[in-house]
Amino acid sequence: MSKRTDSNSYTIIFAIVMVVIVGSLLAFFASSLKPNIDENKRIEKQQNILYAMGVNENDESNANFVSASQAEEEFTKYITKQIVIQGGNVKEDNKAYTIDVKKQQALAKEGKQRKLPLFIGQKDGKTFYVAPIRGKGLWDAIWGYVAMDKNMVVQGAYFDHKGETPGLGANIKQRFFMDDFTGEHLMTPSGNFKGITVKKGNNDPKNEEKTDYEVDAIAGATITGDGVTAMIKSDLALYVPYFKSLKK
Amino acid sequence: MGLLSKKDAALITDPLLDNNPITIQVLGICSALAITAELKASIVMAVSVMFVLGLGNVVISLMRNIIPSKIRIIVQLIVVATLVIIVDLVLKAFAYELSKTLSVFVGLIITNCIIMGRFEAFALGNGPWRSFLDGIGNAVGYGIILIAVGFFRELLGSGTLLGFKVLGDPIEKTGLYAIGYENNGFMLLSPMALIVVGIIIWIQRSKNKSLIEEA
Repeated sequence: MSKRTDSNSYTIIFAIVMVVIVGSLLAFFASSLKPNIDENKRIEKQQNILYAMGVNENDESNANFVSASQAEEEFTKYITKQIVIQGGNVKEDNKAYTIDVKKQQALAKEGKQRKLPLFIGQKDGKTFYVAPIRGKGLWDAIWGYVAMDKNMVVQGAYFDHKGETPGLGANIKQRFFMDDFTGEHLMTPSGNFKGITVKKGNNDPKNEEKTDYEVDAIAGATITGDGVTAMIKSDLALYVPYFKSLKK
Repeated sequence: MGLLSKKDAALITDPLLDNNPITIQVLGICSALAITAELKASIVMAVSVMFVLGLGNVVISLMRNIIPSKIRIIVQLIVVATLVIIVDLVLKAFAYELSKTLSVFVGLIITNCIIMGRFEAFALGNGPWRSFLDGIGNAVGYGIILIAVGFFRELLGSGTLLGFKVLGDPIEKTGLYAIGYENNGFMLLSPMALIVVGIIIWIQRSKNKSLIEEA
């Protein structure tokens, strides 16, 4: 009892037609929606940077950005200067926030000079230096923005992830984790870069100890936490020469 | 109710208990383990699967007479992947906040064996309306278990429900924590999800002996 749909030629033709239809459908959606998606991503970056320097609408326990419609306006209001550091050169660039950190990291791997964007903001008379970081979590990419003062003391941090486990690694974008970074020191008093380690059992769950270079880890999210430690160490270390030059 | 005939209504109600996708058909276990550490993620996943399974079942059912049997699994996979990716793109363009909550689930939905299982077992042999009902019924059955597991894991593991500290604050030592209660961190890890699902299976089979498989 062979059916029409069992023949080889039918199968091959069906497969070809299906692939063409599905392919063009996906291509159509992807290309027609791309401008909207890119715009959303651009606004999200502004929101992230603002969040790190404390411009946000946090309520008691949840992290909330400034609304998407206000992001552009607030961004130009608070971010006074955007710079790009490349090798020893520092130049101003008011599109620095659109630099793709992932691409720059790939360039650095090839041995080329990468561009390091840094966003300088003013709020309540204080100056914030916000740097982007990017690394690997358990399943996929993780990234964030760290706001520092001129002594590289963390003033605020925002982390995000592409696909960490909900309830475990995904909690790096929760306030109970991000808030712990505020006030932590990145440099030793003698002027060496030490970074911040996400550590289990540091006997400081309330994070009162601000100069121990450690924050409390999330249970069940060891590898994501290690990823945060690694990206802070590797990416923020690159900014040390700039911060040293500020003091001269 | 004139809306659904008795046979059609059974398509919705059967998967809720006596033919539950997780506890009886043993489908979709991997996602039940992966994302039930908190209640909110369980609910999001349940709703997403309902959407994809309902729609996917209809599409496969409409195509059932033209799909070549040799490559039907691949065709099913392509249909579900296409649906999920299009939904993801549309959300990214028009509801960016929502899409960020869902992004983690996209991969898990595509590879969810409930979806493939229902395409294969039902949609390939039934009309679109009945397939739709079957999809919704199974997704709800799946969602119930997910939410039950998520409820216990979040409550016992983190002491919260939907992020609210229902048992008090473990650091400030208020509520239950004041009398020495501690969260069970093990509940947050996948093995405990399997054990919770196992306990649900056990309870269900001890209530309804006809569900016990012959050894």
